Amino acid sequence: MRDVVVTGIGLISCAGEGVEAHLAALKSGAAPRTDIETFAPYPVHPVAQPDYDKQIAKKADQRQMEPWQKLGCFAAGLALESAGVKDDADLKSRMHLVVAAGGGERDYAVDGQILTGLRSADNPGVFLNERLMSDLRPTLFLAQLSNLLAGNISIVHGVTGASRTFMGEESSGIDALRVAQARIASGQNDIFLVGGAYNAERPDALLIYEMGGFLWKKPHRPVWDRPADGGGLILGSGACFLVLESREHATARGATAFAAITGVTSDRHRRNAGSVGEKLRAQAAVLGAKPDVVLSGATGVKGITEDEQAALKALAPNAAIHATADLIGHTMEAQAPAGVALAAALIAKGEASDALVTSVGHWRGEGAVRVTKAG
Amino acid sequence: MAYDKHGRPLVAVTGMGVVTSIGQGKNDTWAALTAGKSGIRRISRFPVEGLRTTIAGTIDDVKVDPFCAPMLSERLAVLAAEEAIGQSGLALNDFPGALFIAVPPVEMEWPQREALAKASGQPGDVTYADVLKAASGGQFKAWHDLFIFGTVADRVADTFGTKGSPISLSTACSSGATAIQLGVEAIRRGETNAALCIGTDGSVNPESLIRFSLLSALSTQNDVPDGASKPFSKNRDGFVMGEGGAALVLENAESAKARGAKILGYVLGCGEKGDGFHRTRSSPDGMPGITAIREALADAGLSPDDIGYINAHGTSTPENDKMEASSCTSVFGERMASLPISSNKSMIGHTLTAAGAVEAVMSLLTIGEGRIPPTINYAVPDPAIPLDVVPNVARDARVDFVLSNSFGFGGQNTCLVFGAEPK
Repeated sequence: MRDVVVTGIGLISCAGEGVEAHLAALKSGAAPRTDIETFAPYPVHPVAQPDYDKQIAKKADQRQMEPWQKLGCFAAGLALESAGVKDDADLKSRMHLVVAAGGGERDYAVDGQILTGLRSADNPGVFLNERLMSDLRPTLFLAQLSNLLAGNISIVHGVTGASRTFMGEESSGIDALRVAQARIASGQNDIFLVGGAYNAERPDALLIYEMGGFLWKKPHRPVWDRPADGGGLILGSGACFLVLESREHATARGATAFAAITGVTSDRHRRNAGSVGEKLRAQAAVLGAKPDVVLSGATGVKGITEDEQAALKALAPNAAIHATADLIGHTMEAQAPAGVALAAALIAKGEASDALVTSVGHWRGEGAVRVTKAG
Repeated sequence: MAYDKHGRPLVAVTGMGVVTSIGQGKNDTWAALTAGKSGIRRISRFPVEGLRTTIAGTIDDVKVDPFCAPMLSERLAVLAAEEAIGQSGLALNDFPGALFIAVPPVEMEWPQREALAKASGQPGDVTYADVLKAASGGQFKAWHDLFIFGTVADRVADTFGTKGSPISLSTACSSGATAIQLGVEAIRRGETNAALCIGTDGSVNPESLIRFSLLSALSTQNDVPDGASKPFSKNRDGFVMGEGGAALVLENAESAKARGAKILGYVLGCGEKGDGFHRTRSSPDGMPGITAIREALADAGLSPDDIGYINAHGTSTPENDKMEASSCTSVFGERMASLPISSNKSMIGHTLTAAGAVEAVMSLLTIGEGRIPPTINYAVPDPAIPLDVVPNVARDARVDFVLSNSFGFGGQNTCLVFGAEPK
């Protein structure tokens, strides 16, 4: 099997733009920037608005995307730049893409008007047809379609090996990493761009998680402190993309690796009390994890958060344990890639040598990544 | 022989299942497909007044409650997988491998939005603030699970006891083919000896239809529903949405033989290529599509001359059929004029996320049955596309190797090669 290394990182969130901004925020330990007013009573972590022109040159392209696609496209550009491949058209034309994506984003005004009108419509079905036909922007469909984040990355950045989009909340982020790592390690492909993006600043996203009772509705508190007060997650807007490649491929093109991805595990099970901790301990054992730092994807949701915390303390008693959400909020599909980005950056700085990144989905799915020195 | 020309484990198909608008189960679907029967009809599921397109290949006799895309998509997936696993002889509730499932991107639908708006009690203008307030009561808890992206896969994984984290994926209209490709790759890596690969789509609802309609992608020839999907014809004017589910049990050929399974055929090659030209249109030079076909042939260790039939993407849109014809001609050269190529979508409609998997099953049946399904509604040939589209009537033919094309929005091009036996 071939070694898989991280050679590019693109990260954007409420903590800022780029790896350095995130490491500085991690070091400061300050609470992440939180907006408690716009969607009150639901806090969100708003993204540090980037200068999109820097990574998405054409305004016409920017107009074709809703915010989650733009954030992803921007972070993908940062990752390509970081890997030193941004201007290598030939390499990008054989670079593969695995994107963890949700989708959606709606025209909120149109939805509201339709819901209001439906109440008094003589024939609600016909009213719905007529309003959707006249009020929906034709291009909104493409701006909300799951695989069009990948499509836009191909268009804007010329990454055209081929793309595959995985869906399924947190699990899709970890599975994107798992499948890319496996394809590189086995020799099926050489180089990948992998990641995800999330826009939390939208009521339809809040709606889904509020129906399930998952949202934290008080001022910001650290992830580990929330279960004692009922628990809940705070969504964050952000995106993370990574360039992964075989060690041979990186060496041949003279690239410097941040770190190596030694293994990725991901699974699902019917949860019960304590089962998440058991699964994490079993996965850490499979990975041979000996972490001196943990980047946890913990959400703050009651039950699974304490369960994970206990497991992490047991399996990594001497490690520094960080919750990625305390830095960037919960970015759903992008959370596992962001955890790996932070782990790889810490290792590259010499501040850690063996990292464990966890991903316990708010509702289902448990995964882990072991990140080690590039060697 | 358990390894292919590249030294990788051969991937055998040991079970297949399908449900479409022309039949439940592969026998019924195949019988209708080779009889040239269309499943396209006037939509009865919701009012069609005010719509430009009023027809689709809906599956109306599969009932789910509440009726919505994720529920119907899950049900179609389960029906197809039950048939496929049943044929394979593997246990129905303890599948010994991974699940790769192409599912339509889900989101909350209008009946649910309306229920929330009503529960909000807002008598004036409804906004998302009202809807959010209604959501906080806990009475809609089940809809969180219903409308998140991973749920269909999770439920299917539970039903059949597949192993590991299931992959839900989308590569738009090539999704079904990508699900198969992911399964093939996992078996070749030695990660698993079996994979359950599914494509499913039950998303003919007002907003989904209107979205495609606003992109001018759909046929508006509503008057004769079963005549609307006319791939490769001069008067084609768009695709017709369809619903369907298809499942394939893939196995490492060696372990399949060791357990005495009947091998229905092989997935010999997969090819893909991204296109960065435009969100909905292909590169004018057709290179991404051409490359995907060539990669699939090379992956299968075959030359263009080995292919005996092409199961076309064949959507019936002016753009796709022209590009597909020219891409195939670039690869197959003069032989393309006599190489049979037909579109299942002329009868089933475009089952979107499911199409690549549905057409994989039909490709393998073509090989197994020695009969090529037709392209129906072929009355006005397009002189710009001089192909043998197997017009209107099925044809008996021995076919050893089939190429199946799938192309999608977002620059997705995925091609698969199936064979009765490896060459």
